[in-house]
Amino acid sequence: MTEPLLQVEHLTVTYETRQGPVRAVDDVSFTVYRGEVLGLVGESGCGKSTLGMALLRMVRPPGRISSGRMIFQGRDLMQLSEGEMRKLRGRHISMVFQDPMTSLNPLQRIGDHIVETIRTHEPQVSKKEAWERAAQLIQRLGISPDRLKDYPHQLSGGMRQRIMIGIGLALNADLIIADEPTTSLDVIVEAQFLDLLRELRDEFNLTMILITHNIGVVAELADRVAVMYAGRMAEIGPVHDVFHRTLHPYTRGLLASVPSIRLEDGLELETLSGAPPSLLDPPPGCRFHPRCPQAKPVCAQRVPAWQEIHPGHGTACWLYAEEEA
Amino acid sequence: MRSLGRYLLIRTLLTIPMIFVLVTLVFLILRVMPGDPVKSSIRPGAPQEYIDEIRHTLGLDKPLYVQYGDYLWDLLHFDLGTTLSPVRGQSVAKQIWEHFPATLELALAGMFVTAVVGVGMGAYAAHHRRSVADYSLRLYAIIIYAIPVFWLGLMFQLIFGVWLRWFPIAGRISSLAMAPKHITGLYTLDSLLTGNWAAFKDSMMHLALPALTLGLYLSGVFVRLTRSNMLQILKMDFVTAARARGIPERTVVYRHALKNALIPIITMMGLQFALLLAGAVLTESTFSWPGLGRFLVERITYRDFPSIQGAVVVFALLVASVSLLVDVLYAWIDPRIRY
Repeated sequence: MTEPLLQVEHLTVTYETRQGPVRAVDDVSFTVYRGEVLGLVGESGCGKSTLGMALLRMVRPPGRISSGRMIFQGRDLMQLSEGEMRKLRGRHISMVFQDPMTSLNPLQRIGDHIVETIRTHEPQVSKKEAWERAAQLIQRLGISPDRLKDYPHQLSGGMRQRIMIGIGLALNADLIIADEPTTSLDVIVEAQFLDLLRELRDEFNLTMILITHNIGVVAELADRVAVMYAGRMAEIGPVHDVFHRTLHPYTRGLLASVPSIRLEDGLELETLSGAPPSLLDPPPGCRFHPRCPQAKPVCAQRVPAWQEIHPGHGTACWLYAEEEA
Repeated sequence: MRSLGRYLLIRTLLTIPMIFVLVTLVFLILRVMPGDPVKSSIRPGAPQEYIDEIRHTLGLDKPLYVQYGDYLWDLLHFDLGTTLSPVRGQSVAKQIWEHFPATLELALAGMFVTAVVGVGMGAYAAHHRRSVADYSLRLYAIIIYAIPVFWLGLMFQLIFGVWLRWFPIAGRISSLAMAPKHITGLYTLDSLLTGNWAAFKDSMMHLALPALTLGLYLSGVFVRLTRSNMLQILKMDFVTAARARGIPERTVVYRHALKNALIPIITMMGLQFALLLAGAVLTESTFSWPGLGRFLVERITYRDFPSIQGAVVVFALLVASVSLLVDVLYAWIDPRIRY
C-alpha cells in the first residue's frame, strides 16, 4: 500500500465560458497508492467528475487541463502524445461511468464491447480467444456467458454496471476510476454491486478511485477518502481518521448530514446551510468560509495552505494554521 | 421472425388501397386533361368519321365509368392493357419491362452516390465540427440542394462531356451491339457477370454523369441530416465510454457513432426515394437515358393513357417496396426494433 501508482500535483482544469474562466478543479493534489480504494466525495458540481475525466485527459472543450502534473507509473500523463494516451485508456486506466443505461453502445452486443476493448489493446489476441476471455470474465461477475450475445437493452441496470466493471477487468487495468457507479441503481442492486466490488478488490488487488456523493459508499469500500469542495481539496486521510478525527468543518458538516438509523430521538439531522458557491465567481480566501460555522476573519482573505495534521491525514483549513499575523 | 413476416404481409396488403387510390386519380386526371390519344397520333385534318371509328375500336367512346371498370378489372388480373399511341396495340407491360432496368440501374447508382457522398460528408463534417471543411460542406449542402437537377445535368454535360470530353453525354451504351447478354437488364451488372469488360467500362462511363447528377442533387439533404444526427450521437455517453476504453477515434466516429445515427438517415432515404424517381424522370430526359422516366414523359405527350397509368403503378410499387425495405433495414440495424 505504500507504492504510489498515481500522483496528481497542482492539477487545475479551466472551462472557458462566455462569463470568463471557471476553474472546476483548482490546484488539486493527491496520491493514489497501489491496491487501495480512494473515495472521492463532494457535493454535485464540486468538480469530482471533471477530475475523473481529467485523469484520462478527456475533459471536454471548452474545458482543458490548464496546469498540473499527473505522474502515473512514473510517467507524466501531461507529457504523453494523444496516441500514447489513447493506448493507456482502457488498458491501464479504466473508467466506469455513472449511468450504465447509456454507457454501452445500444447497437453492439455485450460480448463485442469486451472483445473490441481487448483486441484494441492486444491486437494479437484472436476474436475467439477474446470471446472466451469475456465469457470467463462475466461468469466471475455473476452473469451467464450466454448473455454476451445480448444487446445492452436486454440487460438490467445492475448487470450492465457489472459489464462496465468487467470491461475494466478484461485488461487488468492498473487503475479503475468509478464515477458514481451506483447512483443510478436501486438500493438492493447497489448493495449487491458494492459487495461485488469488495470481492473484486480483494481478488484482483484493484486500485480504484471511487467518485461518489454518497459518504456511506465510501465508508463501506474505501481505504482512504478525499473530500472536495468547490473545486478544491478540503481534506484527505484514511477513512477511519477522516470519520472520527475530522479536521475540516466541511467534512464534519457532510458527515453530520448523513441520516442514521441509530439517530436518537430529539436529535435533529444536521444540514449544511447555504449552497455551494458559483465557480464563476468563487468567494475569496477559503471557498467554504461563507458557510463555515467556525470561520475567522483570515478565512475570507487568504487561501489556506495544505497541512498534514496527522500522518497521512491533511487538510486545507485556517483552524489548524500556526497563529501568524 | 414470424412476427416480421406477419408485419410484412400486412404492409404489403396495405399497399393495395394505396395503389387503388392512385390509379383512380391518374385515370380521372388523364381524361379531364386536354388532349386525346387518337388525335395526337394521326395526321391533323383527318376526317372526323375516321377518328370516331378508331375511338370506337379502342373503346374510348364508352361511358367513363365503363372504361374505369374495364381498366380496374384488367388491373386485377395484372393486365396493364395495350398502347393507344403513337403505335397501337403493343403490350404496356412488355414496354415497361423493357424500360424498367435502365431506371433501376440509374436509381441504384444515384442512391449509391447519395449515400456515400451525403452520409460520408455529413459524418466528416460532424467529426470536424467548426473546421473549414465543416463550413464548406454545409455551404455545399445548401447550394446543391437549391440547384435544379436538370440544370446540374446540363452543366455536367457541358463541362465533363463537351469541354473535357471525359464522359459520353447520352445513352446507356455506345452501340446496342455492345450490350451485354440480358440477365438482369442492368448493363453494368450484366457485363460484369458475363466478364464483358469492354461493355462494363463503356456502360460505367455512360452511367457516370447521370448517376452523379442524380446522386449529388439529393446528397445535400443527407449531408445536413447526417451531420446534425452525428453531432447528437457524438455527445452521448456511450461515445465517451468508447473513447475511455481507448477505442481509436476513427472507429468511435465512423463505426460506433455513425451506425447509431443511421436510423433517421435510412428513414430519409426511404422518403427521398420518391424524389429520386422524380429526379430520375428529369435526369433521364437530360441524358437521353432510355428508362421508365423518359418513357413516361414521351407517353404523356402522346396521351397514351394505358402506358401512363402503367408507369405510375410501377413507380408506386417501387416506392412502396422501398419503404418496406426500410422497415426491414431498421430491424436489421437496431436490435431494439422488433415487429
